[in-house]
Amino acid sequence: MTMPFYVAPEQVMKDRADYARKGIARGRALAALVYGDGILMAAENPSQTLHKISEIYDRIAFAGVGKYNEYDSLRIAGVRHADLKGFAYSREDVDARSLASAYAQILGQIFTHEMKPMEVEILVAEVGDKAGDEQLFHVLYDGSVVDETDLTVLGGEAEAILERLKAGYRPEMPLADALKAATGALTEQGKTLQAADLEVAVLSRSNGRRAFRRLEDDEMAALLR
Amino acid sequence: MTLPSFPPGDDPGPSFSTLLRRSGQEPLRVQTETAFTPTHGTTIVALRYADGVVMAGDRRATEGYAIAHRSIEKVFPADRHSGVSIAGAAGPAMEMVKLFQTELEHYEKVEGLALSLEGKANKLGQMIRDNLPMAMQGLAVVPIFAGFDLRRQKGRIFKYDLTGGRYEEDDFHANGSGGRDARTTIKLGWREGIDRAAAIELAIGGLYEAADEDSATGGPDVVRGIYPTVATVTTDGFDRVPEDEVAQRFTSLIEHKREEGHQP
Repeated sequence: MTMPFYVAPEQVMKDRADYARKGIARGRALAALVYGDGILMAAENPSQTLHKISEIYDRIAFAGVGKYNEYDSLRIAGVRHADLKGFAYSREDVDARSLASAYAQILGQIFTHEMKPMEVEILVAEVGDKAGDEQLFHVLYDGSVVDETDLTVLGGEAEAILERLKAGYRPEMPLADALKAATGALTEQGKTLQAADLEVAVLSRSNGRRAFRRLEDDEMAALLR
Repeated sequence: MTLPSFPPGDDPGPSFSTLLRRSGQEPLRVQTETAFTPTHGTTIVALRYADGVVMAGDRRATEGYAIAHRSIEKVFPADRHSGVSIAGAAGPAMEMVKLFQTELEHYEKVEGLALSLEGKANKLGQMIRDNLPMAMQGLAVVPIFAGFDLRRQKGRIFKYDLTGGRYEEDDFHANGSGGRDARTTIKLGWREGIDRAAAIELAIGGLYEAADEDSATGGPDVVRGIYPTVATVTTDGFDRVPEDEVAQRFTSLIEHKREEGHQP
């Protein structure tokens, strides 16, 4: 019988975290910020069909970076969680906090018990009835949850992007300014981002029951002008 | 509640009913041994016009010969570009509408794309077929599904039978206890390409005549200010006609009848 080598738990966790971080850093980043009418989420994404940002429920959106198949299965699980809850109880009872905890549980479980951690970072955003009621839950690969108040950045090079986003951020911005701030933050030095390179969606209070709306390329180009 | 997760190869896919079953809840299932009189919703109409379809329903629910509710809603948005109206046992019908609405939205969110109008109509047919055992116990649900087909750029109307059989109607349909009277009225007034105002007038006229002949169909209740529900579905989506407008059209309908010498 062979005996496995002893590896300190600190080392195991550190290796897993490094592995997950490396995977996430390979993908492109995503920025989210609160603006006058709700929450804007923007990511560099040349694909028109493989979305990073999606609708979960009436006032809740999901955004993920890292490995597509992994965050997409989390997204579908979130839609199922929300729809089942809304069907069993009431639409008002579906909230971002409980969804974010459910995500944290599953990510934490996988991080400590499975061979391979999930190489994803996700955002659960909820827009409230009035300004100031927005919620942004940033869930990391190991299941830790960060509750952000007005802006957050997910993915590789997050620190540099966050710095640029903070510099361009003002509370209660109109949509065009918020989009410009997000695009400016996502743009690396010496590069430019066109509307076609971006995936942008908003959770907007003025959008009726289903607050989620994607911005199409023409609309984005007009707003960025 | 924890996140629902399924192993690959055993995934419920974009269907919400399948997801419900997998989570241990059987949708639309009531078992009764003895016959009883459930609450019934009555007359609903739908007709095609130039920009899409008009759907309408009276507001009365009955329990045998008694009035169970005076202001029940029978016309609901199914999703952005379609609506569903219900006649038959009110309890299962409401549950079916809620399940159908969730089903369409769930599919759209999971797949990132809305179902075609044809796909939605078929889905509703399957749900009615699933309800057949209950229908045999007296809890029948017979909805009308109507919507704006974005691919064909026209309004379309579907009626159903108890077994989930789906039949597309070209121009108009009415169902429920007063359905026959409403249908005849609409048949006499319907023309190809009528405008919104004429279509709403015709739908209202149909419900008025149905209420005149059928005890289970509620007419306009001027005392309480309760008027039938009317909605349009066009390329811009499902839209409730404001109650003031419905009230006004009823007032002019009644005035018109009085001028012609009818006793209102």
